[in-house]
Amino acid sequence: MVESPFLSPEPLPFCPGCSHHLVVRQTAKALTRLGLKPLEVVLVTDIGCHGIVDPFFRTHTVHGLHGRSSALGAGIAAGLKKGKVVVYMGDGGASIGIQHLIECARMNFPLTVLVLNNMLYGMTGGQPSSLTPCGFKTPLRPEGKLEPHYDLCRIVHSAGAEYVSRLNGTGDFSDGLVEAFSVPGFSLVEVVEICTSYGLRYNPGQKTEALAQNAGLEFGVWRNPAKPVLRLTLDTNRASLLDEEPITRQWTAKVENRLGILLGGSAGGGVQQAAELLARAAIVSGLYSTKKGTYPVTVGTGYSVAEVVIDRQPILYTGIQTPDVVVVVSQDGLSYTEKLLSKMSQGLLIIDESLTLPPSGAKVITQPFVKMAGAKNATLLALLYFLKSTGTFPVEALLNQIKNASRGGAEVASRLEVQLSELTKEEEHRSAEEHKEV
Amino acid sequence: MVLTDGSRLIIESLARAGADVFVGYPITPANLLYRYAIMRFPAALSAPDEITTMQWLCGFSATGLLPVTATSFPGFALMLESINMAYMMELPVVVVLAQRLGPATGSATAGADGDLLLLRGTISGGHPLPVICINSLEDCWTVPPLALATAASLRTPVVLLTTKEIVMTQCSFDLKKLPEVQPISRPGCPDVEHYEPYAPGADLVPHFLPVGNTLHQVRLNASTHNQQGIIQHLSAPGLENTARLEKKMYANLSRYTRYSLDEETGADTLIVAWGNAALAAREAVKLLRSKGKKVSLLLPNTLLPVPPEYLDIISRYPRVVVAEENLSGHFRTVLFGVQGRDGVVGVNSLGKMIAPEEIVDRVMENGRVAFFIS
Repeated sequence: MVESPFLSPEPLPFCPGCSHHLVVRQTAKALTRLGLKPLEVVLVTDIGCHGIVDPFFRTHTVHGLHGRSSALGAGIAAGLKKGKVVVYMGDGGASIGIQHLIECARMNFPLTVLVLNNMLYGMTGGQPSSLTPCGFKTPLRPEGKLEPHYDLCRIVHSAGAEYVSRLNGTGDFSDGLVEAFSVPGFSLVEVVEICTSYGLRYNPGQKTEALAQNAGLEFGVWRNPAKPVLRLTLDTNRASLLDEEPITRQWTAKVENRLGILLGGSAGGGVQQAAELLARAAIVSGLYSTKKGTYPVTVGTGYSVAEVVIDRQPILYTGIQTPDVVVVVSQDGLSYTEKLLSKMSQGLLIIDESLTLPPSGAKVITQPFVKMAGAKNATLLALLYFLKSTGTFPVEALLNQIKNASRGGAEVASRLEVQLSELTKEEEHRSAEEHKEV
Repeated sequence: MVLTDGSRLIIESLARAGADVFVGYPITPANLLYRYAIMRFPAALSAPDEITTMQWLCGFSATGLLPVTATSFPGFALMLESINMAYMMELPVVVVLAQRLGPATGSATAGADGDLLLLRGTISGGHPLPVICINSLEDCWTVPPLALATAASLRTPVVLLTTKEIVMTQCSFDLKKLPEVQPISRPGCPDVEHYEPYAPGADLVPHFLPVGNTLHQVRLNASTHNQQGIIQHLSAPGLENTARLEKKMYANLSRYTRYSLDEETGADTLIVAWGNAALAAREAVKLLRSKGKKVSLLLPNTLLPVPPEYLDIISRYPRVVVAEENLSGHFRTVLFGVQGRDGVVGVNSLGKMIAPEEIVDRVMENGRVAFFIS
């Protein structure tokens, strides 16, 4: 036997007659033929008979988890600036990690995976894998496998692998390995073998060629056009996430104590944006604020609830136990907040006039927010109304935020300002009338 | 002043500290961490699932890069085996774990501090996994570099523990008060004639050389192995190496111990709080002191393994109130065991934030209560 720079001279640890011997020797032969040096190669293995070979390689070796070696190898290959990554896995490992193989092919990680398909999981006592053909007998399925197999090469090829081949694990197949190792991107070679200890004993006289043929597994090579190879490039000049324009104080707020404001509406109703603008407007008014949102998994339907806390002091605890102010503009929002409203013995409820008033100890204000501003801007109009009637902080602070929030913001702000003025006038008129009657 | 969230600060801080690559699978409440990392990290990849995520990360780590991911419990559960692999291979990785309400998929948009006992048992064999938690928005900036430095200097995965409330809530925040984040130092390997990937240094941490280097062979191994990285069964070198993994974490604990202690002279009560409850606890202390109640506050950042300093501090107080947003008191169990200790009570919650007043009530009440569910 010719000594290889890639292998230690000790005998390999496989069972007599096992094709793994051939795979290992011809891997070393192919790498030598390519002019590679041992430390230019990383061999990645996982759990299985193939995985006990890495101590015999003079390359870098990484011994990982069952079925995961192709994903681990992918990370190594993409992280390396140069060098060749070779991954070994069994047919059991390929069954476990089929997703990883598909991803390797799709994203074109620069590595070669050798699937040593000996038709069963050897280290578990011999159960069939997803690659084992129907009818093949194993110690744990002596009646023969009943379920169908899949064609790994076709799956990986259809996922976009640059090079896929299936080889018969007999004779000298180093040419095929040289070809696979030479591919710049992802390549996979399935080597068809039969486990000598568990496979041949239960399927006497079986030959790999006939086995593959009967299972409809062709030997051959399948290629896809070359595509960009995934190696990481580090861009250390990415823009800072903190380069945003600071919010500068422009107004003064009257608020002295912490205020918990709950906004309830429907998905798509602009509740979250309104809450964020309110929180920003509070900062512009010299206050501290927090904002958080709650909505169902569907996001685009059902309720949309937001919590805003504003305070003159820095806010640590961001929760609202009992809200001071609740703004509700839709039935979804009302359904979500109804229970909470019933517990309020004080505070303020600002609710759209179209909704049925829930029992609550809060002071109630009803106005036609939706009718005037539409569903999308009803919450903003209600918040402007809240600021105007309570003087918590200047209405202009929120109007300014609305104006600058988006391209059409100025128009929205100006419309809302007019609507607010109409609401306020009507309210003043109503109070005057009430006063007259009294 | 800006309106920002913890996710933004964590990712910016990690990037400035020298993290190289982010791989992620977005899961609520870690979505913003994912989004910002894709924008900010020197390199970032989207993975199809969490198992692939951790395997790619470990691959990057083996080549000398400092990788990060972010997830929540359902994703973390899928990563468990690969985190064990990283632990055994001694690969630096930072996992930002944004907790949400469980069990299982639980409630994606509800906060909780419910993963600590899982983290204590994450590594098979009971080996300690460094878990460093974030207790405030300021911590989102100052704690991530500690997690990254610990991962790199100890060659280990590290969990940076946070919660939905901290990473998703937008808060007014003064960026000007943030200190500079310095890039962490990356431990290299001295010029050696003979290299063994698991031969420990004086601090029990082996020197790191990446795979692919052309000077020395590197063998990394997830199975029991000796100093050369060769698979072993129950040989003495193999078991010694496995034992070293545990000793390494304890021997270097002071390097990654961080906590905040606000002690008041004459106080007989110590409040211990972490994660989201730490914010409520800080407000509670203000309230209590305004009422004339003397009280001290311990906010641990390093949760696991438990730094011995905590035990010294706690032993000075006849009464200890542990606030955490889980049902059974995870950190309380870690500190005091199942049996507990006289004078120790918890403030706990399920599916809601602990309010400062609940902590105040617990501190003020007389007598011993096993635990309190509000």
